[in-house]
Amino acid sequence: MLEDVRTRWHPIAATDDLPLRHVFHGQLLGREFAVWRADDGYVNVWENRCLHRGVRLSIGINDGRELKCQYHGWRYSNRTAGCTYIPAHPADAPARTITNRSFQAVERYGLVWSSEDPRGDLPVVEGIGEDDLLVLRAIPVNASAELVAQRLQSYRFQPNSEIAGTGTNIELVAATEAAVALRSCQGRAETLGVFFVQPVDSGRSVIRGVLSGRPNDAQLTAVLRYHNEALSKLREDLEREAAALPVPVPIEPIFERVSEELASLPELDSRGRKAAIRVQVARKWQTADGIMAFELRPIRGLLPTFQPGAHIDVHLPNGLVRQYSLTNGPGETDRFTIGVKLDPASRGGSQCLHDSVREGDVLAISEPRNNFPLRRDALKTIFVAGGIGVTPLLAMAQTLNNQSLAYELHYFAQNEQQLAFSECRQALGNAVMPHLGLSPSDTVNELRRLLSPYLPDTQLYICGPNPMLESTRSLAAEAGWPEAAVHFEYFKNTNVIDDSSSFEVALARSCLTIKVGAGQSILEAMRDAGVDLPSSCEQGACGTCLATVIEGEPDHQDVYLSPSERASGTKIMTCVSRSKSARLVIDA
Amino acid sequence: MAKTRCLDPVVLNLWHPLGALVELPVDTVVDTVLLEERLSLAVGLGREVAVWRSCPDFVAGDKIDVASVSKSLPAKVAFGYLWASLGSPPDELFPIPEYEETDRRRLNAATFGVNVSAPRAIENFLDMGHFPYVHTDILGVEPHTEVKEYDVDISVERDEILATRCRFFQPLASSASETGAEVEYIFRVPHPYCSVLYKSSPVNDARYDVIAVFMQPLSQESVRAHMMLCILDEDNEDKVIKRFQQTIFGQDKPILENQFPKRLPLDPRAETPIRADKSAIAYRRWLSQKDVRYGVIPASY
Repeated sequence: MLEDVRTRWHPIAATDDLPLRHVFHGQLLGREFAVWRADDGYVNVWENRCLHRGVRLSIGINDGRELKCQYHGWRYSNRTAGCTYIPAHPADAPARTITNRSFQAVERYGLVWSSEDPRGDLPVVEGIGEDDLLVLRAIPVNASAELVAQRLQSYRFQPNSEIAGTGTNIELVAATEAAVALRSCQGRAETLGVFFVQPVDSGRSVIRGVLSGRPNDAQLTAVLRYHNEALSKLREDLEREAAALPVPVPIEPIFERVSEELASLPELDSRGRKAAIRVQVARKWQTADGIMAFELRPIRGLLPTFQPGAHIDVHLPNGLVRQYSLTNGPGETDRFTIGVKLDPASRGGSQCLHDSVREGDVLAISEPRNNFPLRRDALKTIFVAGGIGVTPLLAMAQTLNNQSLAYELHYFAQNEQQLAFSECRQALGNAVMPHLGLSPSDTVNELRRLLSPYLPDTQLYICGPNPMLESTRSLAAEAGWPEAAVHFEYFKNTNVIDDSSSFEVALARSCLTIKVGAGQSILEAMRDAGVDLPSSCEQGACGTCLATVIEGEPDHQDVYLSPSERASGTKIMTCVSRSKSARLVIDA
Repeated sequence: MAKTRCLDPVVLNLWHPLGALVELPVDTVVDTVLLEERLSLAVGLGREVAVWRSCPDFVAGDKIDVASVSKSLPAKVAFGYLWASLGSPPDELFPIPEYEETDRRRLNAATFGVNVSAPRAIENFLDMGHFPYVHTDILGVEPHTEVKEYDVDISVERDEILATRCRFFQPLASSASETGAEVEYIFRVPHPYCSVLYKSSPVNDARYDVIAVFMQPLSQESVRAHMMLCILDEDNEDKVIKRFQQTIFGQDKPILENQFPKRLPLDPRAETPIRADKSAIAYRRWLSQKDVRYGVIPASY
């Protein structure tokens, strides 16, 4: 019986219960929901518990794009319910599988409908037009839904236009265990009333009435008041009747356990270069000289949660795999937007996207990975973008903007026409500062000015062409920026990789020793031995295939690690770096 | 032993706080609740105490000679509070050596009713990550949200949890400073329902202020939290110090009362821990090892 009820759709709120930036506390069958509408209109119905410490999310903050828990400030994204930020660890990207339980939501008849495990469709009501109806005030009743639905069959009411009259004819149009439809007729006046019963718990219900036809403004209050009084009377009778019955046992909601991975403190990796997601190019447009933008939408279901700074692998029709940063702001979870610059020296990646890929095409992409995480505990954040390097920084800037945190985005380009994503930049206002047409030496002078003096609690994020990135890093070091405050992402590794050495790698956790020969990477040798490690760019730039070194001396050839990370000798990018010692022990 | 509603022998045999001595009227019957049992208590002029199961012979407000109480439960005075037990408690309560230092102010800052289990309240007391969000502009402020690495040990010989090297950015480190500073904390959990916090003293670098919370479990899902201060502060009036701590408590209360479930789940997969929760993870494991069942949802269902 309860199983049947769980698979049915039930109203859990009125659409008017979800005004701008509100979080509504809904209940169904003993389970609580946090129900909130994002600024893009999407209605989220979530388990009313933060996954961290169980605090109700209905007391959280809806910022229009994300829901923030009151206890520790964890942020969960619109639509996907994935956690995007854990303030206690600002330098880490949260595991993207920290995802709150969400339930489907459909808006119909002025109500929000949901279900624990919906099978089949929403109830269809003949005679109530989506645009011409009146939702009555919800009436909570301390009685079981079954009893309420039974007694509603004898509810009597006047048609809207004869609200002050008496003696109407009532016809029972339909009755189920969850709803009653009644038609009230008096002369030519006629109103259909449908009364849905929301089972809040075993002994508690809410009557949600919807009338056909919206009365004119003069009658509106009278109609609402009329039903409010009549339904409140019914409520009193029902509660008196229910009080004489045995008290039903409350329904205990079952909370899903979190995954084993998440329960045993962080660290999680383990995906090869796979592209499990299929997206369609919903829009392709020229966003600047030589730069095409692509809006990618899921073919079915939802896209996974992403964090600012994340990139995806795009698997191209010509077999190449390329990495592109997501430019989306927080909560923009219905699409991924990337910018692709046509590289004159293209080996086929950007060329293919510019020339061959069209709107409507389907592409395979990887889940977003974030190896360029954004801290949000700085007093001020400075972004330095060169050309197309603006893409991850735009996502970051929108994030800080949304949280009202201080930042500046310095955008270096040759001219106005080369500046990409103008709508996004306009929304950020004066915090975006273009620097146009500067010679290399003027660029250096300008950067020096921007970076000095270094102030404590400031963070610097750089993304752009290699020469600019290198000089920004050295200028920051000159100006006294600590290395830990300088974050960077290279487009590509322009180092010439020397893969002539051969050595042995011991995989500590897998209890395997493998030989890495000349011309082969550690990553390839590991995969040959059946040990999978996630990877993305496979040229030492993105940071995905990072491994921990336990013993031996790495021969670093990447551009991802910072000098102190390199010097520590405890980390290695397995796609390009090698070993100086005959044997390397890594934690894999 | 008389029948009790609480069936957890570990919790029955503990000492539990019932109230601050200075706030109890002398030679007068006072009613309270412990582990769902109605108890009555009285304090004499010489700080002699008696606690008994409430009975119609003595009702709250009656004058009573403490020495005349028969059928008394185990009771004692420690750290300025009256403690009692419904079982067979150990001789000694856990130690707080600083309580004996004569230059310290010692007071009950607050006794607060909270509708949450005692272990949830203890976990909140151990938690630094919520400072910027719940105690905004007092114990923390955005964007200084990072919980830095700290150490947690379970001391076998003392059977208590010890978290050291805990540091957190505090916007008003002391009344003397205008800018924020990192404050150092040490947390002890020497009792399933009690915790002791050491916090760097604003007036003396070499010493710590001691703040302890003693939870009086009224039921599995409600407590009276008693907060004991033992601090180096010669300037502020009691009411100023109390108001400060009561503000902090008042901020935690609505969060704690919105935690669900109210009992602390000991199943490691019930909630999602992060590195900052090391002390909470140790606490949950410690409760499991002790086989505490009251106020928790045991891991094995």
